[in-house]
Amino acid sequence: MSEMKKIKNLKEFSTSADRFEGANLLCPGCAHSIIVREVLNATNDDLILAASTGCLEVCTAVYPYTSWDASWIHIGFENGSTAVAGAEAMYKALKRKGRLKQPDREPKFVAFGGDGASYDIGFQWISGCFERGHNMMYVVLDNEVYANTGGQRSSSTPIGASTTTAPAGRVSYGEKMHKKNMMQIMAAHGSPYVAQVAPNKWKDMVKKIQTGFATEGPVFINAMSACTTEWKFLPEDTIAISDLATDSLVFPLYEIIDGTKLNITYRPKNVIPVKDYLGAQGRFKHLFKPENKHVLDEWQARVDRDWEYLQRREEASV
Amino acid sequence: MADKMELRDVEVWDGNMAASQALRQVQIDVVAAYPITPSTPIVENYGNYLANGYIDGEFVMVESEHAAMSGCIGAAAAGGRVATATSSQGFALMVETLYQASGMRLPIILNVVNRALAAPLNVNGDHSDMYLGRDSGWIQFDAYNPQHAYDLNFIAFRVAEDHEIRLPAMVHQDGFLTSHTAQGVKTMDDDTAYNFVGEFKPMNDMLDLDHPVTHGVQTEEDWHFEHKARQHNDLMTKVFPKIEAAFDAFEKMTGRRYNIVETYKTEDADAVVVCMGTSVETAYEVADELRADGKKVGVIGIRVVRPWPHAQIAEALKGIKAIGALDRSSPNGTFGMLYNELAGTVVNSGEVKVLTNYVYGLGGRDLTKVHLREIYAELLANAEAGKPTTPLQQLIGVRGPKISFH
Repeated sequence: MSEMKKIKNLKEFSTSADRFEGANLLCPGCAHSIIVREVLNATNDDLILAASTGCLEVCTAVYPYTSWDASWIHIGFENGSTAVAGAEAMYKALKRKGRLKQPDREPKFVAFGGDGASYDIGFQWISGCFERGHNMMYVVLDNEVYANTGGQRSSSTPIGASTTTAPAGRVSYGEKMHKKNMMQIMAAHGSPYVAQVAPNKWKDMVKKIQTGFATEGPVFINAMSACTTEWKFLPEDTIAISDLATDSLVFPLYEIIDGTKLNITYRPKNVIPVKDYLGAQGRFKHLFKPENKHVLDEWQARVDRDWEYLQRREEASV
Repeated sequence: MADKMELRDVEVWDGNMAASQALRQVQIDVVAAYPITPSTPIVENYGNYLANGYIDGEFVMVESEHAAMSGCIGAAAAGGRVATATSSQGFALMVETLYQASGMRLPIILNVVNRALAAPLNVNGDHSDMYLGRDSGWIQFDAYNPQHAYDLNFIAFRVAEDHEIRLPAMVHQDGFLTSHTAQGVKTMDDDTAYNFVGEFKPMNDMLDLDHPVTHGVQTEEDWHFEHKARQHNDLMTKVFPKIEAAFDAFEKMTGRRYNIVETYKTEDADAVVVCMGTSVETAYEVADELRADGKKVGVIGIRVVRPWPHAQIAEALKGIKAIGALDRSSPNGTFGMLYNELAGTVVNSGEVKVLTNYVYGLGGRDLTKVHLREIYAELLANAEAGKPTTPLQQLIGVRGPKISFH
C-alpha cells in the first residue's frame, strides 16, 4: 500500500490535487463539489472513478468537456457501484496476467452516487458489491432529495421536509417517513469500514477517507451534502448549514469498523437545538406553524434518541 | 498462466458447452454473470475452467443480469476481454445496459440462449427475447447448432474488438434445442483458437493511469444525434466487410464457411422460407425432400440479425416469387418481427413478391417437417397465383380454432 498523504492545512489541502476541476455546471454553493474535492485530495494515489446518474454526473461530463482528470465512467442511475466493481475485477485479472500498463501502481476504485442512486434505485447493486467484497469505496452525496430531477422525495428525505412529491400543504406537513438508516444497513453487510462525514469537518473527513483507502474491501462513506436549491438556503451558507447539521447532531459524525465497532468522531462543544438547523432552511419553513409543532418535537426526540443509541454503541465497543 | 486443455478433433458438446469452450479459448479476462435457464451452463462451465486452472480471469457472480452487464461494462471500459451469457427475463433486465455498452463502444460478447418471455412463464426456446435488444446497437449473430455457437463466438470477438468497430456483439442460439442438445462439434486447439482472435488490444482503457478517460458522458441536442448517427453509420457500413473478412479467415483456417445470409437451393426457387435458429436446418431437409419431388423451393437463413443485411437478403430473394417469413417470436399485435424486417427489404427489391408470415414454435413448441411441408405448399400456391392465396399471418400448430389473420 502507498503511504498516506500528509496534509498540513486547509489551503494546501484544497489545492493539493486538481483531479476534479472547478469548471463544472453544479449550482453555486453545491456541497457535492466540495465533498468530491475532499475525497480526491485525500490521496495521491491513482483513481478509477464512477458516478451514478445524478447532479454530479450531469454537471461534470457534458460532452465535449469533462471535469475529471482521472479515469471516470458513468453507466446508469443505479449501477455506478457495479461499474467500479467491474473495473476492479479487470484490474485484478490484468495484474495477474501481467498486462497492466503501469504494474507498479495501485489505483483506488471509487463510486459516487446521490441518495436516490444509493438509498433507492441503486441499493441492490451496492448491496451486491459489498457482499462480494470488492476493493472499492462507495461515497453517497447525500442531499436527502432527488435534486437532479427537481426535488422529489427519496428514502433519505427526513420527516417534515417539503418536496415536490411530498409537498407541505394545507393539510400536510410534507414528508411523513423518517430517513432510511443507510449507515446501519451498510454496516450490517459486514463492511470493514463505514463512515459518515460532512464537508465542513474536513479534517475528520480526510482522516476517514484515508482510512477507507487504506482498508481492504468495500468501504461505505455517507457524506452530508447540503443542497442550496432544494434545501433552500443562500449559496454562500453551505458550510454554515453544514455546521448546524453536525452541531445539532442531526448529522452525527461517526464510523463503524468491521460492521460492529462504532466510534463517534465529533462531539459538538455546544449541542444546538434541532430547530435551529431546520429554521435555517426553506424546506422546513412550514414546520414552524403552530399546528406542526409536533413534527419539531418528534424531530428533536428522534435526534436525541439516535445520539443516545450511538453513544451506547460506542461504549459497548462491540 | 492458464493450462491448455486437450481437445479431440470432434467433441460431443451441446451449444452451451460449445459457447463456454470458446470463451475459455479466447481467455476471457472478466465474466460478470447471473445464471438463468437455459444459458446457465455457459457461466457454470466458465467457473469450472477457472476452478481447474484452464482460465486465470476473474469471475464476478453478481446479483442480477442488470448488474452482470453493468460489471461487464465497467470491466470492458477498464480494458480487457469480457463476456457473459443470458436468456429471456435476464436479457430483458439487461436491455437498459445493452444500450450503454454499445453507446460507449465496448466490445463485450453476450451469448444469448433464446427463450420465451413471461407471462406465462416458460423456460423454452423462442426468439422473443432477442428482439428486445434488436435496436440496442449490438451486432447479432445467429447460431443454428452447437458448431455454430462455437465458431461464431470467435468471429464475434474478432469483429467486435476490431478498433474500427468497437461494438458489442451477441451470439444467439435456441434454448434447449441447441443449448442442451449434444452434437459432434469440430474443435480447434487452444493456440489456433486464441490466435484467431489474438491478444486484446485496449483502447481508451481506464486502467491506463497516465491517460485518464471519461466514459459515458452526457450529450444533449447539440451532440447526441451525431453520436448515434456515427454508431449507426459504423454498423451499416463498416461491420459487414469486417464480418465477411472474419468469415473468410475462419474458412481458410477451418474449412467451415459462414455467410451473412445463408442461402440453400434458392437460385431457381419459386418459394422460400426465411428463418433463424434450429428451424433453418429442418427447412433444409424439407427443401431437399421437396426438391426430389420437383418442387422449386429453397431456404434463407439469417446469420446476422444486426446490422440487418438488407442488400444481401434482397440479392438472395432475386427471382423468388413467394416468401414465408417464419417467426419464432410473439407477434403481440403486429406481424412477426422477421416479417416486418423482411417487408422493408422486399418493398425495395423492385420485384413483386408475395410475403406471408408464419408464427411458430413459441415457448419451445416443435416446428415439424409436416408443418414445413404445409407452409411450402401454400407458398408454392402463392407463387403460382402471384398473390396471397392464404391468410397473411398464420399461427402454426396452436390448439383450438385455427388462428390466422388476413
